Amino acid sequence: MVGFVLVSHSRTLAEGAKELGLMMAPEVPVEAAGGLPDGGMGTDYQRIAEAIDKVAEVSDGILVIMDMGSSCMTTEMVLEDRGDALPKAVMVDCPFVEGTVAAMVSAAMGDSLETVKKAAEDAAGEKKF
Amino acid sequence: MTDSAKVLELLGKMKAAIDENAQFLTDLDAAIGDNDHGINMARGFKKVEEDLPGLSGKDVGAILKKVGMDLVSTVGGSSGPLYGTAFMKAGAKAAGKNEIGMDDFIAMMEEAIGGVQMRGKAVKGEKTMLDSMIPALDAMKEAAGAGKAAGDVLKAGVAAAEDGVEYTKGIIATKGRASYLGERSIGHQDPGATSFLVLLKAIAEEY
Repeated sequence: MVGFVLVSHSRTLAEGAKELGLMMAPEVPVEAAGGLPDGGMGTDYQRIAEAIDKVAEVSDGILVIMDMGSSCMTTEMVLEDRGDALPKAVMVDCPFVEGTVAAMVSAAMGDSLETVKKAAEDAAGEKKF
Repeated sequence: MTDSAKVLELLGKMKAAIDENAQFLTDLDAAIGDNDHGINMARGFKKVEEDLPGLSGKDVGAILKKVGMDLVSTVGGSSGPLYGTAFMKAGAKAAGKNEIGMDDFIAMMEEAIGGVQMRGKAVKGEKTMLDSMIPALDAMKEAAGAGKAAGDVLKAGVAAAEDGVEYTKGIIATKGRASYLGERSIGHQDPGATSFLVLLKAIAEEY
């Protein structure tokens, strides 16, 4: 099954998105990597790397969802340093909350990493009302 | 010529300069960003300073690579991956060298700036650190090409970086957190362009 790492500047936002995703897809592996070690706002290279390693142990592919700015750049560096390690980990450009929920539901149905990533991307076009 | 020991000393000076300007950089960021640039840079350079003693005797490339990794690991904001990539790229260019001259330094800066552009997917004129970095590099190349001494080359770089910082006041941010402000970002100088000026100045003062 595809697993997830949620990267945010905010610890509570990452945890909250994880909580929302698990409501609909409780069996999907997901780690929240939000905030700095002291609880402050920011993105932590080490925390992201550890979250990816942890999800890698229990998944067949990892989708990394980021909020903005340094979340994306820091994740990019973690993935570059990780190289070709398996299972594959990819970043997706999608709305943080909606993309997480849509993609976790797709993962719960057993979809491939590519399909799950597409579900996250498609969330950008979803109308709320 | 600058040897490895001098590079360690320069990094200490850069750390002190960041500390001295931390509040100023954070205040600039409060106006158009997320109010943490100085705090983040100070956190990163604190780690750098802690690691300096252990880098004694290493070549310039290894020193700068470690500095880059420290910044990526501890800064916590966009300046982490950006300055981190810059120092790592500069370090890769200086791999194995125990002494560098102005030509090396300019080549390292060129690599570093290329790294920033690659990581931030930005170009000049978007109200980012590149707006002081690129003019500084161009001015230093010109001064070095005219056969000027290292101190004067660095002075030319600082002057161009100052102009670059000034230029960021008049333009709209299209990259980074400040881009959310659109036209309201006009009138404010870019914190990243300013922190680069602070760092380059700290080096220039030693020559």
